[in-house]
Amino acid sequence: MRIAILGFGSVGRGIARALAEKDLGIVVTALADSRSGLIRPEGIDIEAALARKEETGLCGESGVAAPDIAIHADYDCLVEVTPTDAVTGEPALTHIRTAIERGKHVVTSNKGPIALAYAELQDAAARQQVALRYEATVCGAIPLVHAMQEGLAGNTMQRLYGVLNGTCNFILTRMSEEGLTYEQALLEARELGYAEADPTYDVKGIDAAIKLVILANTVFGQKAVLDDVEVTGIDQLTPDALRLAEEQESTIRLIGEIAPSEKILRVSPRIIPKTHPLVVEGTLNAVTVETDMAGEITLIGKGAGSTETASAVIGDLIAIQSRHVQGS
Amino acid sequence: MKLEMKDTPGQLVAALKPISAVGGNIIAVIHQRDTLSTAETLDVQIVLELPEGRLETLLGLLKEQGVSVVRIGEQRLLHQRSLILIGHLMHTDLSDTVDRIDQTGFAEVTEISLVMPAINEPSSARITVRSVDLADMHRALDILRSVAGQKQILMIEPLEAV
Repeated sequence: MRIAILGFGSVGRGIARALAEKDLGIVVTALADSRSGLIRPEGIDIEAALARKEETGLCGESGVAAPDIAIHADYDCLVEVTPTDAVTGEPALTHIRTAIERGKHVVTSNKGPIALAYAELQDAAARQQVALRYEATVCGAIPLVHAMQEGLAGNTMQRLYGVLNGTCNFILTRMSEEGLTYEQALLEARELGYAEADPTYDVKGIDAAIKLVILANTVFGQKAVLDDVEVTGIDQLTPDALRLAEEQESTIRLIGEIAPSEKILRVSPRIIPKTHPLVVEGTLNAVTVETDMAGEITLIGKGAGSTETASAVIGDLIAIQSRHVQGS
Repeated sequence: MKLEMKDTPGQLVAALKPISAVGGNIIAVIHQRDTLSTAETLDVQIVLELPEGRLETLLGLLKEQGVSVVRIGEQRLLHQRSLILIGHLMHTDLSDTVDRIDQTGFAEVTEISLVMPAINEPSSARITVRSVDLADMHRALDILRSVAGQKQILMIEPLEAV
């Protein structure tokens, strides 16, 4: 199978490294970062591209841009891993639309387009008889979408709740374990590279809310937008609050919750017994799904990281390869 | 419940001990000695709270102590939720916040643990709300949510009933 990778940041490079190391039958015919690109119908030398990126900051030639690749390059599947813009979804949204209209499969880790335009993109993909997969948009390495759409196919999803943001979980773990203030724990998260310079997206619960919208729309068949989610972040939490929870053998975690029967779509800090399976440490993610036949299923794993997110993207690619792209 | 026990020293304590042993909470002990009575036994009424499902264990323990239970009164199953509030709790009139629940008649705030750090810093409190049935609990939490909204208090709810 031939793929085009748009975006050569942490996730894009993680995918490239995995493809270079493993013999997965996947050939990269086009590649772009924000300032350069490369089109090689016979296949790109991945090791060389990684080395070039490392040395020069560019993965290819400056005259080739991501939109050109989406429109003109030869590929079976577009891998859209450019940075997320949660407001417009661009430029990823245009890249994805273009690929689908050309009858190409799409795999993305980009939350913007899936949160904003899933129904439209899915309709277009169905019309063009191509696959649109987005496992990497929620909970990094955890095969959550796959588990719910395939492993649990036929079940009615009654409720979903979990820890969807590793940065917040790290901060809360540190506040709880060490009695740190929110500010101290945030500083530590930044030093360790777990929090962005502007942590608003994470700590205000917006990132978790976007993931909740994706899950609500893709797995629960809703038509939710970000504004439908009731969002409370963790930035107002005090060490005292965690101590008060502690006195009852509990702690506080930022929980995203979808409960269609009660019309709940909410991200908020919640008191949760320390023995609960969702109380995971550090940057881990954990999600529980309540279903009618399978009962409760809890998945725990790494929610971010270059290799971890690449794992989810590659899982999607191989699923497409085995089902749709015969003889490749 | 109404208990009947031997009128000898130490018997009342013997009857009360098992209650705490099963995690119960004694609300009232009514113990009136009838001076005219010549009976060798003593009647004591106890009002208590027990965690769900512990009544059978308690009855067994009382029997071992030689105390017989004459009558078990109404069992009021209590629903309980602990919440954490963060904000300017005193300045926004904490007793009013509590009153809004107590006034309903179907739920009440039974416990508050308040931590106040430096002046002008937000304080944190854990409050326990109790109600007779679950629907009442949901109504009480709705009220509290709206009060917290008005007073700009962050209300942290449990993920599950705790």
